[in-house]
Amino acid sequence: MDQGLHHRIRRRLLSAGHLIGLFLAMSFICLPGFWVVLNSFRPTVEIMAKPPVWIPSELNLDNYRAMFGGIGEGGVPVLTYFRNSMIISLTSTVIALLIGMAGGYAFARYRFRGKATIFVMLMVTRAVPGVALSLPLFILFGRMGIIDTHFGMILVYVALNVPFTIWLIDGFFRQVPKELAEAAEIDGCTRWQAFWKVEFPVARAGIASAGIFAFLTSWNEYALASQLTRSVNSKTMPVGLMDFTSQFTLNWGGMCALAVLMIIPAAVLTFLVQKHLIAGLTFGGVKG
Amino acid sequence: MYRLRTPPWLVLLTPAIVILSTVIVVPLLLSLYSSFTAFQLTRPETITRWIGTFNYQKALGDMNFWWAFGRTVLLLTLALNLEMVCGLGLALLVSKVMRGQRFLRTLMMFPMMFSPILVGFQFKFIFNDNVGLVNNALQSLGLVDTAIPWLVDGQLAFISILIAEMWTSTSVFAILILAGLFAIPQDPLEAARVDGCTPLQTFRYVTLPFLMPFIYIAMAIRSLDVARAYDIVQIMTAGGPARRTELLWTLIGRTGYVDARMGYANAMGYISILLAIFFTVYFFRKLNAARTSLGMGD
Repeated sequence: MDQGLHHRIRRRLLSAGHLIGLFLAMSFICLPGFWVVLNSFRPTVEIMAKPPVWIPSELNLDNYRAMFGGIGEGGVPVLTYFRNSMIISLTSTVIALLIGMAGGYAFARYRFRGKATIFVMLMVTRAVPGVALSLPLFILFGRMGIIDTHFGMILVYVALNVPFTIWLIDGFFRQVPKELAEAAEIDGCTRWQAFWKVEFPVARAGIASAGIFAFLTSWNEYALASQLTRSVNSKTMPVGLMDFTSQFTLNWGGMCALAVLMIIPAAVLTFLVQKHLIAGLTFGGVKG
Repeated sequence: MYRLRTPPWLVLLTPAIVILSTVIVVPLLLSLYSSFTAFQLTRPETITRWIGTFNYQKALGDMNFWWAFGRTVLLLTLALNLEMVCGLGLALLVSKVMRGQRFLRTLMMFPMMFSPILVGFQFKFIFNDNVGLVNNALQSLGLVDTAIPWLVDGQLAFISILIAEMWTSTSVFAILILAGLFAIPQDPLEAARVDGCTPLQTFRYVTLPFLMPFIYIAMAIRSLDVARAYDIVQIMTAGGPARRTELLWTLIGRTGYVDARMGYANAMGYISILLAIFFTVYFFRKLNAARTSLGMGD
């Protein structure tokens, strides 16, 4: 009896500690972000006030109105930037995922000479920083006439994401037991069918998370985009963020408004893809 | 009859190889060539002035370069280890939650949705010594009287950058480790429980080895993700105060674009790419070892 009580108290304490830890971790993660969201509804004067104004006296949509208000008067062609970002990020993510699935499958399922070397060489391309890459790319793209085009940016982002997607997807295909596909082939599937019907559904979670990463990388990339985009033709939102800065001042409220606009699609997409993260990786196929 | 002679793995890898050579290898060859010339951004004709290894010798003898090099290694080491520990903790905390876990996971990925450049601006304001969130909070709570010069003092600036780095990237670790936690087969866990392992032992000897490949994948991805560090540092301190937070990439960026000495910048860039290659190969080795010990290798 006494031991049962002791046990219960211990369990209570553990779960309370768990909740407190979770709460602290989540506040550290969320507060800086929510601060940005909150500031997008406040006038810049109040954000910069000294002593600080903790409880906002009024929330309004002025920053958003100014942002969508058009060119001049601090207005930035946000909708065009948004469209550019969307087209470039979505297209490059889809292409990078297809290439990454092919590559990841090759590494996970086939043995060949020089496999480790080829793998490391693919990964090393990711190590090249955007700064080191932007100037030669600028010269090269200039010659090819694809500077400041969607095509050029998509090309760059696919290349940026491919090593990364191959790596992730390779890891997730390895988690799928070989026997599963072999069984399907014995049952009369071709390798192609076995892939789509058996291995792909199991590895779907991994592919989904690789997709999230690839999309967010393209959506948020700045170093290369700032050099390879020149005008509203292809400027993406991270580059557009700089439109709010001038030499000595910074329109912090306006910047926060654009930041919110950047975060919303990323958040929606992330939430939609979430469910694949659990569903796929349960190994039900092997155990059942 | 037509039959594909090329092995299937090569066919599968061709698209990746083609796109990586065009967008990355060719430009790199171009900048490798320019690192042996006196190329200046403002005078395009200088790209043909061959000066041999002069740029490399100059970089190796430049104390600013070595400081930046050391600082990059320090930041990378600190950030990766702290992010790994925090990410593991976060993943374990979240995996224990039964209700509303999907919501928590999305919340957890919140920082990843922020563009690095935005993170730079955000933390520049949070750590601003005059109107920043941190100083305002500390002063309002009466913990400090005078403003702490977060981004003005060299060491504090380094710590601020480290915190900004951790804020953006801990969730990368957490989400990958969480995916690993879901992939753990239940049988060994049950076997451990039946054999009378304590939860701590189960974690140490069953869960953790299984998570290692996922941790190394995350480590390797992050160690390569140097571009993020560039954006954040560039916005927050631009390598200042007085070069106290100068990283390799900000130094290279400044030399290349501001001083327009592109040949010299590319030479430093190549030396630092070697650093990145070292980290890649190191983590790849680790990853393979972890996989082999789990019987997933080849």
